[in-house]
Amino acid sequence: MGLVRIKPVIQKELLHIRRDPLSLVLLLVLPVFMLVLYGYALNFDVKHLSLAVVDLDKSQSSRELVARLTSGEYFDLKYRLERISELDELFDHEKIKIALVLPKNFGRDLVSGRGPAVQILLDGTNPTPAQTGLGYLSNILRQYSTNLNLELLNRSGLNKITMPFAVRTRVWYNPELKSSKFLVPGLMAFVLMVIIVLATSLTIVREIEKKTMDQLLLSPLTPAELVVGKIIPYLGLSLIGAVVVLLAGWLLFGVVVKGNYLLLLLVVVIFLFCGLSQGLLISTVASSQLVAFLLSGISTLLPTFILSGFVFPIRNMPPVIQGISSIIPARYFLVCLRAIILKGVGLKAFYREMIFMTAYGLVVTFLSLAKLKKSFFR
Amino acid sequence: MSRLAVEAQGLSKKFGPFLAVDHVSLSINYGRIFGFLGANGAGKSTTIRMLCGLLQPSAGWARVAGYDVLTEADRIKKVIGYMSQRFSLYQDLTVQENLEFFGRVYGLNGSKLKSRITQVKELVGLQGLENKLTGKMPSGWKQKLALSCAILHEPEVIFLDEPTGGVDPISRRNFWELIYKLSEEGRAVLVTTHYLDEAEYCHELSLIHAGRIIASGSPREMKKNYFPGHLLELVCPQPLEIYEKLKTWSEVQGVSLFGTRLHILVEKESREKLEQKLKGLGLACSLRQIVPTLEDVFIHQLEKEAEKVKANGLG
Repeated sequence: MGLVRIKPVIQKELLHIRRDPLSLVLLLVLPVFMLVLYGYALNFDVKHLSLAVVDLDKSQSSRELVARLTSGEYFDLKYRLERISELDELFDHEKIKIALVLPKNFGRDLVSGRGPAVQILLDGTNPTPAQTGLGYLSNILRQYSTNLNLELLNRSGLNKITMPFAVRTRVWYNPELKSSKFLVPGLMAFVLMVIIVLATSLTIVREIEKKTMDQLLLSPLTPAELVVGKIIPYLGLSLIGAVVVLLAGWLLFGVVVKGNYLLLLLVVVIFLFCGLSQGLLISTVASSQLVAFLLSGISTLLPTFILSGFVFPIRNMPPVIQGISSIIPARYFLVCLRAIILKGVGLKAFYREMIFMTAYGLVVTFLSLAKLKKSFFR
Repeated sequence: MSRLAVEAQGLSKKFGPFLAVDHVSLSINYGRIFGFLGANGAGKSTTIRMLCGLLQPSAGWARVAGYDVLTEADRIKKVIGYMSQRFSLYQDLTVQENLEFFGRVYGLNGSKLKSRITQVKELVGLQGLENKLTGKMPSGWKQKLALSCAILHEPEVIFLDEPTGGVDPISRRNFWELIYKLSEEGRAVLVTTHYLDEAEYCHELSLIHAGRIIASGSPREMKKNYFPGHLLELVCPQPLEIYEKLKTWSEVQGVSLFGTRLHILVEKESREKLEQKLKGLGLACSLRQIVPTLEDVFIHQLEKEAEKVKANGLG
């Protein structure tokens, strides 16, 4: 393998990329576009749920309770209703997700200690926000009722009554529990993988489809030189793409890298190497650019989205699927990324993942080289 | 001892049960233009691919520029130039960029690369087109560029696989002038074509059919050795009618129609008899003996092959 022949291949690839602005857009603009799209669309934070209140009591207590509910950012009070029957239509037309019914004499029963019941109604079509919303609402109601109890006891002469123990919660790594902090590293993995595999998979097929391969086969270029020459420009460009995505993650979603930048760079390079090798393999197998395009899509979109732990926790999956997920490089990349970006921890926490990714890249590169050699000397 | 540029003995290639190339032997001297003729699928490209070290022969051996195709393929690649029937340069690169890329891949750089590119551009006549996008040039120019890329590294042996396919006659003529220049520089040129007028330009020819060489020699030898009897040209008012009639006559070994003229193949002895018979028809026609063209030779050879196959099939 000689640098003398790798260099012209790199220069040639760069010229191709320059002449085809679409590939530049693909490598640099599309990642940010996807990050923005997914970053805002993929949001698991349950906030601003539309709430309707049927206040049949209209007492001071009921008003106080409703005010308590709407003071935070969890619920938006959209409707104040007079009759329970009005709720049907609102739920049916998705005007509201959750409703609270305060019975007649709620305030009076409260004061007299008769323990009135309030009713929560909610739309369970999508269980995740329904459960979260229910949690928030129950929590607020419970706190309100505990406070009332304490007030009652204090008023009846038992001074300085407190709770038996206090709870102090401290959330690590992502104190505001913002899902974007969790998702942005995953998005980075997803976006980079899809784009790199796609871009590289087209390079060799293009030579075959446009009949330029013959000329290369008959030159002193070896398969390894050709592959390395083709990988390097895409590695460089996708690295720029990765930086752009990181910047966008910081500017748009406030995701700051807590850990070591050099370590991050190393991890990203290793992951890009995995993607490049996968793209090359597809390139040597596919018969046309269209096939390469489809294969890249199939082998990256769903696996990195579903099986990498990007959105869905891997430990909840059945053992077979967990097994499959263990050969998805994005899974390991995600562990590293979250460790570096969110936790700011060191190499010790994820060196195993790095070793696996390196091995994956090497094995796949070797496979595509073997396949390429076979087509070089039929 | 004069070293041969290309030497092959019993070169064969089997693809599964299909024998694509069947014991092809040939030798080409430096400074000679060797024409390889045959229909599509006759085995021309397969033979070239074996000679370039791209394809392993199933049997036989070959040496190109003194290197064994089986064991020294990577050395061969450095001393041969190859231009394929399909235009295989980068359409989105300019003329200069294509030249530079291929020059560098062959290990040229710096001032050496520069001077070679200038030389080749001058030879081929590509000056002033450096910044043109390859894809936007007419096919005659593309062909010239492809040749330029193939000869930048001063190859000893040049393989041209149907280099003039789809190119206008004037460009073809110019292209052949280039081929002559290259051979005059002492390079061996192996060119495949199915334009028979081009075959006349070659120093030596081989006609390949169904993987086998069925005739070879210089164009003159071909006409002499592979064409028995006399070839007569008949010009007459109703060629088609006469053509049908002639086919049934026992003296006539072969007849083919060329516009208003008929080419009739007869044995020396039966020539007079034919003339008599034609006179008997009372037609105003003129008959004269002509030198066969390569086309006549090849048609005759291919017909002979077809007859052989038929005979074998029946037997």
